[in-house]
This record gives sequence, structure tokens and C-alpha cells, in this order.
Amino acid sequence: MNVDLPFEFHVDKANKTVRVVRAFDAPLDLVWRAWTEQELLDQWWAPHPWKSRTKYMDFRVGGKRFYAMVGPEGQEHWSLEEYLSISPKTNFKKLSAFADKDGNPDLPGSEWDLQFTEKDNVTTVVITIYNESLERMERMIEMGFKEGFTATLTFLGELLRNYR
Amino acid sequence: MKLRRDTFQAISDPTRRAILVLLTSQSMTAGAIASNFDVARPTISKHLQILNECDLVVTNQQGREIYYELKLEKMKEIDVWLEQFRKIWESRFGQLDHLLTTLKNKKNER
Repeated sequence: MNVDLPFEFHVDKANKTVRVVRAFDAPLDLVWRAWTEQELLDQWWAPHPWKSRTKYMDFRVGGKRFYAMVGPEGQEHWSLEEYLSISPKTNFKKLSAFADKDGNPDLPGSEWDLQFTEKDNVTTVVITIYNESLERMERMIEMGFKEGFTATLTFLGELLRNYR
Repeated sequence: MKLRRDTFQAISDPTRRAILVLLTSQSMTAGAIASNFDVARPTISKHLQILNECDLVVTNQQGREIYYELKLEKMKEIDVWLEQFRKIWESRFGQLDHLLTTLKNKKNER
């Protein structure tokens, strides 16, 4: 773990955006590949112990990625993404929506803007996620629970109970 | 008899959690809250009542309007909830660091 690499995480409820900034100790071309190639994405996208399984991915404007987050007990959460714009090794934008297993998206989704910059072999990625619906943002957070932090909901419940 | 509500029950419902997220930015009337959802107004009122009984929100009368606000001392726990989302990203990025190191090593071997 690189403790010296900056990591920012900011939830702006008023503007319904989540902003994540992270630097990686790797050159731009590698970081770009890790975010845009199916085989590489599937190796890191799902937080342990979940797995990312991409059914198909076509990284070009108008192309789509259909993938599932697969849980330790085999539970699947599908998402469908569409690439809105791509500036190689600089920026790409996508629309991301939860979907059913047949690939029918549950709209509205969230809009993602990913910005890549390199300095001295360190690549910084700025991710801005805009959720048109607050419910969607809430659901995204809720999914976070399911993906490896299920126990936390219980923990929060206990915390609130103790607080009372 | 007033039913004693369980806080866990309050936050176990997605609509109620969404209401809490809404109220983290400002206090709102029931009507303003309801306008964010595609469900009937009485349903939202019911959710607000439960949140109120669970002590997660309080009402504040301003003139003719009743505003709902998040109990400030509960804010921290809501932040705990958002913190989980941050952890997802940390976990993800830790794995990406690992992958990038592997890729870099492979490149150097060539």
C-alpha cells in the first residue's frame, strides 16, 4: 500500500456528485489500460471478496460494457455501461446503470467522468460521478454495503441502538 | 399504544435511507421531500413518521410550514454509512495498485 499516494473522496450531496481522486505509482499508459481493458478491469474492479465478471465490453464511443459483481455466495449484481466519449489516455465518460441479468438497464443511471494525468511516472485519476436521482446515489452507497461490507449495516444498527 | 420503533428498522428501508440522505443537505417540508420520489405522498408521510419515532429526524414549525430536519447528533452515524462507500474505493484501488505493479514488472522483463 502506497501511503504517500493521495486519495481524496468527497460526497457532495447538494450537487449529487461523488468525487474521487487517486494517484497511482505507474505510467499513464498502464493506468489507462487497467481502466479500459476488460481482462484488466475484471482483476481489480470488484472489492474483495467480490469478483467482477464482464460479459461483454466494447470500449469505443457508443460501445457498452455489461458486467456483474459476483458475491462470495454467487449472488450477482449486474450493471450496464455505455461509453459517451473517449479521448485516449486523457479522459473518458460513461453512463452507468444497474441492470437485470438480461441487460435491461434501470434508468436513470449515473454519469461518470474520468480524467487521467501523468507527472513523473505517477498517474492521477479524477473520477466525478453525477447521480441525477438521489435514490440512485443512495442505492450506489447501499450496493457498497453489499459488496463486502454487509456487516456494517448491522454495525450501524447497533451503533444507533447504543446511541439511543 | 405507540409502537416502539427500532432504529435498525428505520434504516433498513431504501426510501427512508434516501430521505435521510436528502435531509443531510437541508431541512425540508414533507412536500419537498415527497417531490423527490415517485411514490404517493401518504407513503412518504408514513416514512417520515417512522423516522421521527426513531428519533432520526425532528420537526420544526416555521409559520405554517413544518420542516423536517436530521437530528444533528445523528449526522456522525450517517457519515459512518458514507464512509463504507469510501472503503469500497480504497479496496478497489489497493487491488489496482497491485495489478499495476504486476504489469510494470512484466513490462520490465520484456
